[in-house]
Amino acid sequence: MSTPFYVSPEQLMKDRADFARKGIARGRSVVAIQYADGILFVSENPSQALHKVSEIYDRIAFAAVGRYNEFENLRIAGVRLADMRGYAYDRRDVTGRGLANAYAQTLGTIFSSGGEKPYEVEIFVAEVGDTPADDQLYRLTYDGQVADEHGFAVMGGAADTVATHLKEHYVEGSTLEDALHVAVAALGHTDAGDRVIPVDDLEVAILDRTRTQPRKFVRLRETRLVEILGDRGPEQPDVPQGDDTAGATPPSAPVTDDPGDPTDQVSGGVPPLENPMSGEPTEHHVPPPTAPPTAPPTAPPTDPPVAPPPAPQPPIPDPSQPPAPGTPPGDPGNPLP
Amino acid sequence: MSDPRLPAAYLMPGSSSFSDFLAVQAPDLLPSRRAVPSGNAGDLAPHGTTIVAATFPGGVVMAGDRRATMGNIIAQRDIEKVFPADEYSVVGIAGTAGLAVEMVRLFQTELEHYEKIEGTTLSMDGKANRLAALIRANLGMAMQGLSVVPLFAGYDLNTDQGRIFSYDVTGGRYEETSFHSVGSGSLFARGSLKKVYREDLSAEGCVTAVLQALYDAADDDSATGGPDLTRRIFPVVHVITADGGYRVADAEVADIADRMLAARMQRPDGPAAALI
Repeated sequence: MSTPFYVSPEQLMKDRADFARKGIARGRSVVAIQYADGILFVSENPSQALHKVSEIYDRIAFAAVGRYNEFENLRIAGVRLADMRGYAYDRRDVTGRGLANAYAQTLGTIFSSGGEKPYEVEIFVAEVGDTPADDQLYRLTYDGQVADEHGFAVMGGAADTVATHLKEHYVEGSTLEDALHVAVAALGHTDAGDRVIPVDDLEVAILDRTRTQPRKFVRLRETRLVEILGDRGPEQPDVPQGDDTAGATPPSAPVTDDPGDPTDQVSGGVPPLENPMSGEPTEHHVPPPTAPPTAPPTAPPTDPPVAPPPAPQPPIPDPSQPPAPGTPPGDPGNPLP
Repeated sequence: MSDPRLPAAYLMPGSSSFSDFLAVQAPDLLPSRRAVPSGNAGDLAPHGTTIVAATFPGGVVMAGDRRATMGNIIAQRDIEKVFPADEYSVVGIAGTAGLAVEMVRLFQTELEHYEKIEGTTLSMDGKANRLAALIRANLGMAMQGLSVVPLFAGYDLNTDQGRIFSYDVTGGRYEETSFHSVGSGSLFARGSLKKVYREDLSAEGCVTAVLQALYDAADDDSATGGPDLTRRIFPVVHVITADGGYRVADAEVADIADRMLAARMQRPDGPAAALI
């Protein structure tokens, strides 16, 4: 008789949320700030070709953090949706709200469907209006939640640290120059100290309502950035870890070897219990220990001689019994937002 | 848009061409996909007429008259037939006005779509070829009298010069040197430009030359509109240089047209070219 494997829906969703959040936190932050003449996007992005901030339509821009292939898919879908709507109706009928809704529905459906991996992305959809009061800034999370942001917003990387710095220094209705200074300083701010981000590592774009052309999206190139930012002291490029374009860095492995742990990546002096290629037990390197070194000394000697040490079994939640006191079902360190 | 979730086709990596995407997702929106009953439908809809383009050192100028005709009737006096295709190119259309305007919208979206998805603009030849493909798809309609013949011009940032492309109804694409004209008055406009055009014209001189050509076309072709002095309606003129394109302000065009007309009061056939 086998017990059916049960995972509570809460736990399932939490696992998926944790998975997505971890992917998002690996990258670097993107900041969106409203200034007097529009909306400014700043990100630290050493790649000149793979953009995190892009144009969707006349007054609408898109910024994303997380997995590049996933948000690139969403970006292209947004461009197609906007162009299709603008062509079928009129350019004025393409709105940021409609686009944010389509993204929210898409992300939400993918997140809650069991068959698909949740998208590890977080998105800004911004639309610049005729006046600062008409500007809209939507923030969409991996699970399809939409938040209407005002003033400034940060996502990805150490978003909390950057947001705290911005909260202290953000001034409403500032000029582009001031807003850019604040945003770049916030991105370089960490708890350990402040860093001057090199100009060629910055990706900066604006939605500028004062532009006469219908398309309000402009990228600020390096020469313009140098002009605005001026001399900020010696530049310090970011340490290469956490580069989201290069994929995830492996989590730090435990330094001690535990033959009972199948996810253990350190072999130490103990041979693996099985050949990782063939899956067969290894026997010709070292004879299997009759008494494994990690085996409890109280193991009865009548056990089968080649039995591996008992692996620590994760507690399977039993739906019929309340969880033991002191062991909350979720990870309290990562509450849902 | 009844399903709020983005359709799977939108999320699929694939073509960066908007018209290709449209052909799969919403073919009824393509101007060339309409089934027209056999017979000649050419007299049912207004026709746009003469478009003129000419290059000058550092750029290119395109101008179009403002008349649309339906048989012997003037359907509209202030129609616009020259449109910016993107920042560095402009397209003027002669032929069935309704289809032409829709095709221009598709072409504009096509260029912008590519630019947004790929992060870079198409080359000048790439744009000209895309327009050729759109015209070619319209061949069936053209054979029923609903033809669209564009003139395409732009500033090529790679070779640093203005370039002009003409087309036929089968999608044939031909690069022109110095100047070209399409539409019912094109013969007269081209003849006029032959005499007035010089390669060293300034931007303003080039605008004057194309206005002279449109005047000569209107002089001899009933479907081309001349400057409308009582209503102050003048041709639409676009200039494209390395800094991008812009439409010449109406007041500026009116000023040049007034000076041209003052000279024609003395000499109705326009400026005379040297004999040898």
